[in-house]
Amino acid sequence: MSVLVYTESSEGKFKKAAYEVTSYGKKVAEQLGTNLVVLAINSDDPAALYAYGAEKVLNIANDSLNTFNAKVYADIIKQAAEKEQAQVVIVESSSNSLYLAPIVAVNLNAGYTNNVVTLPSSTAPFVVKRKAFSNKAFNNTEIHSDIKVLSLAKNSFGLVENNVSGSTEDFSPLIIESGLTSESVERTTGKVTIADADIVVSGGRGLKGPENWGIVEELAEVLGAATACSKPVSDLGWRPHSEHVGQTGKPVASNLYIAIGISGAIQHLAGVNSSKVKVVINTDPEAPFFKAADYGIVGDAFEVVPKLIEKLKEFKANNS
Amino acid sequence: MKILVCISHVPDTTSKINFTENDSKFDSNGVQYVINPYDEFALTRAMWFKEKQGASVTVVNVGNASTEPTLRKALAIGADDAIRVNTEATDGLSVAKELAEVVKNGGYDLVLAGKESIDYNGGMVPGMLATLLDFNFVNACIGLEVDGDKATIAREIDGGKETLSCNLPLVIAGQKGMVEEKDLRIPNMRGIMMARKKPLNVVAPVGANAVTTTVSFEKPAAKAACKLVDAEHVEELIDLLHNEAKVI
Ligand SMILES: Cc1cc2nc3c(=O)[nH]c(=O)nc-3n(C[C@H](O)[C@H](O)[C@H](O)COP(=O)(O)OP(=O)(O)OC[C@H]3O[C@@H](n4cnc5c(N)ncnc54)[C@H](O)[C@@H]3O)c2cc1C
Ligand SMILES: Cc1cc2nc3c(=O)[nH]c(=O)nc-3n(C[C@H](O)[C@H](O)[C@H](O)COP(=O)(O)OP(=O)(O)OC[C@H]3O[C@@H](n4cnc5c(N)ncnc54)[C@H](O)[C@@H]3O)c2cc1C
Repeated sequence: MSVLVYTESSEGKFKKAAYEVTSYGKKVAEQLGTNLVVLAINSDDPAALYAYGAEKVLNIANDSLNTFNAKVYADIIKQAAEKEQAQVVIVESSSNSLYLAPIVAVNLNAGYTNNVVTLPSSTAPFVVKRKAFSNKAFNNTEIHSDIKVLSLAKNSFGLVENNVSGSTEDFSPLIIESGLTSESVERTTGKVTIADADIVVSGGRGLKGPENWGIVEELAEVLGAATACSKPVSDLGWRPHSEHVGQTGKPVASNLYIAIGISGAIQHLAGVNSSKVKVVINTDPEAPFFKAADYGIVGDAFEVVPKLIEKLKEFKANNS
Repeated sequence: MKILVCISHVPDTTSKINFTENDSKFDSNGVQYVINPYDEFALTRAMWFKEKQGASVTVVNVGNASTEPTLRKALAIGADDAIRVNTEATDGLSVAKELAEVVKNGGYDLVLAGKESIDYNGGMVPGMLATLLDFNFVNACIGLEVDGDKATIAREIDGGKETLSCNLPLVIAGQKGMVEEKDLRIPNMRGIMMARKKPLNVVAPVGANAVTTTVSFEKPAAKAACKLVDAEHVEELIDLLHNEAKVI
């Protein structure tokens, strides 16, 4: 018996989410009184996972796996789960992991739930709490199948250091054919993505036009943040669709979300409510965002944001 | 090309979410139901294939009779016919198993769904369906072209996009980008009239068992009031974010 965690790496490097699922998997394994096994594909440094409780790392080094393929990867996870007799399989909530998880579930004849935000409240029956209704509520879900597949919501558990003397085992699974060919991958380089960002700076219609986005970008740069926008802003073509956040856009689960000139419509809030701390800057004290935010400034973005940038630069200079 | 569009029937995005019976049931009182927004993108793309490439378009829902107005709306938008699998949908895997039967019986070569339903946000039905059928599958689709039995698909990845190709049969989980927001269709009067005459076939379920159950619901804890910082003293915000919230 074991708990199997699948960690992603990008060009050989783990991101924070890999350490977060490992931390989480370790605790689930403790609850079940079993061991944690972590699967890593083409990672430069599998031993980095030991610090978060990975007693055993199954390490795959295979150049044919450099390009992600959900079906192929899902089959590898299945092979690892069978080899390790995993009762619970846990993945991240990146776009790739959310793509492969339902495939893994069917492969293992397992029940699956995503958006998981806490440790199981009980392991027999197996019950976990998850976000539902676009962050407007949670449901405690019981999974009845023998094997359970979970996807952990980003930033919901955090990193828990748990240094163990781990070991790494080379693993050479069978690689299946998939029928799907990756033709090309385009990535916006040099920018923090909304999915990975600890801080997201977002602008709304209150900024009046695309020519005014300089202050949003500069604030994001000072904070090392990703930029985002409300839906009308992307519909109007002021910003690319990939920046649209909210119920029908990308979800945001960062540590800090700063909303500038965004009213806080229910569909917008649904997508960003999972962020730990929310700041609003808006001229209208009645804007609904003030009810959802932790901190707010009632004021004109064109005056407040440049001041904030200036003060942040001073702060960064004094604190680095 | 025979296209099947999977339609999830969900509370409108402005709905207040409440629960009844000791937080064990969703309270549908006063809730307006709509076609799941992601499924609207899929349906609109399907209509394009119908008009430009002569595809047939069937819409399907797994649910009880209360979902029929939502299927009628899809017919009014232009689908040729509708199927309702007559059972309460209670979890993603059982829904996928019911849909798999519909796909097998109907011989569809392209199945379009949404990337998630905005009620339970399960994000699993399309991937499970494809795996049960051994069809190709692409998640988070933001572009789809079909030429004969060859498909080219763009999917959103974290920080970019990937272009993929494969042969049909194929299951797609779509989202915005698959078509533009402005191209989404709303039913017109003629569509609504015609929809009344289009077939809506109710079929018996295979009776797949659910493997997950909601034990109870919870609403998020009430939030503390927003702390306001004077616009003239933005350095106080920095102080709060650093010392109190510890996020910078
Ligand atoms: C089915 C459906 C799905 C939707 N999904 C989403 C979604 O995913 N994401 C999303 O964002 N929206 C979504 N919406 C749209 C949503 O209802 C709102 O219309 C939208 O979020 C409003 O965007 P906004 O806040 O940028 O603009 P507005 O509502 O116009 O707000 C602009 C704000 O800027 C403030 N302002 C003006 N000037 C200044 C200034 N100089 N300085 C500071 N503040 C200023 C104003 O006081 C106002 O509060 C959806 C709607 C529907 C019907
Ligand atoms: C009274 C009642 C209680 C319910 N309780 C639960 C519950 O506790 N937990 C739960 O997960 N679900 C429950 N459901 C069912 C839920 O509404 C969904 O139909 C189903 O569970 C799939 O949800 P999902 O979020 O996993 O779908 P996703 O996998 O997120 O959906 C992705 C796509 O799959 C397709 N799809 C999803 N569902 C259907 C469907 N029913 N028919 C056709 N296509 C579909 C759509 O294209 C959708 O965009 C309940 C339904 C009812 C009526």
